[in-house]
Amino acid sequence: MNLPALRAQLRDPSFRQGASDMLGAGLGVGAWGLVTGVAMVKGGMSTPLALFMSLTVYAGSAQLAVLPLMAAGAPLWVIWLTASCVNLRFVIFSSMWRSYFAHLPRRRRMALGYFSGDVIFVSFMKRYPRPEPEATQLPYFWGAATTNWLAWQIPSVAGIILANAIPLSWGLGFAGVLALLGILLSMLGERSSWLATAVAGSAAVAAFALPLKLNILVAIAAAVAAGLAMESGERALRRARIRLARGGDDEGDA
Amino acid sequence: MNGQWLEPILAVLGLVLITLVTRAFFMLPERDLPLPDWLRRGLKYAPLAALAAVIAPELVMSQGALIKTLADARLPAVLCASAYYFWRRGILGTIVVGMAVYLPLHIGLGW
Repeated sequence: MNLPALRAQLRDPSFRQGASDMLGAGLGVGAWGLVTGVAMVKGGMSTPLALFMSLTVYAGSAQLAVLPLMAAGAPLWVIWLTASCVNLRFVIFSSMWRSYFAHLPRRRRMALGYFSGDVIFVSFMKRYPRPEPEATQLPYFWGAATTNWLAWQIPSVAGIILANAIPLSWGLGFAGVLALLGILLSMLGERSSWLATAVAGSAAVAAFALPLKLNILVAIAAAVAAGLAMESGERALRRARIRLARGGDDEGDA
Repeated sequence: MNGQWLEPILAVLGLVLITLVTRAFFMLPERDLPLPDWLRRGLKYAPLAALAAVIAPELVMSQGALIKTLADARLPAVLCASAYYFWRRGILGTIVVGMAVYLPLHIGLGW
């Protein structure tokens, strides 16, 4: 991208909207990035390798999950399988990204995919709840994605370089959990979404002993089932009420 | 020759590929993959569930077991942070309030 085009991009109102929607959660993303950076070096990784990993892999939860495995010299397939399981939620997200960006060339779709983290997904879906393409979506996405990238990478690199000056025992990583909590609360709406959240949280704790972080997938499956069950229960209830109101005389119709 | 420096680099390159493929998964094919309707409706609970599944163990477990005490800095911090969220609806404030409760209890009292 040349300079005038870049400047035009930065002035685009949708780009700015995307960037500013990310600022609040950016603090949490940053704290999480810092902790991940520190943890990589304290886990025995060399500084150059940690920098290489942070700047290329760009997936905090997967990085944290494979860290102990890499330190212990686990086989490559175990490392890769673990990261894939932790990242499976992105596969689910990508089916939703498709309804917005399917018309773009594949290379651009892949670039969008690479830069789409959890927090970007949530703020994008809140801004564009209807799954159909709109002209402002692409600048909005890049505004959010740029902010998220900077909010993650700058603290992460700082954490890698200053690893020995930052004690993990302070519990700075908790700020990352709080950021996710804020995002989660902002997604709660209908009753079925509360139920799905409660089910997912309990299932994740109950199934915590599973290897490869599979408890997260178990939780997602349980929550989807619970959400769908509640939806169809509510539908059946509504149908029954309508039938009652009509006095039960047209039993046969659908 | 020893391949000791090679293995971590290979591991990282594989992880980059995993990031790319998982995040772009359903955007990779040119044609739509047919999804049954119930799955499409069910998938709207997935992001919520993924977040809840990541957060819940971070809040009520330590070292792989459910915590057995209420004297844990995370619990009051989450209550205050959630209360702030429903009062003001800001994510930044939620983080700040939560940390303002958490850090003194955690560092000061060792909860």
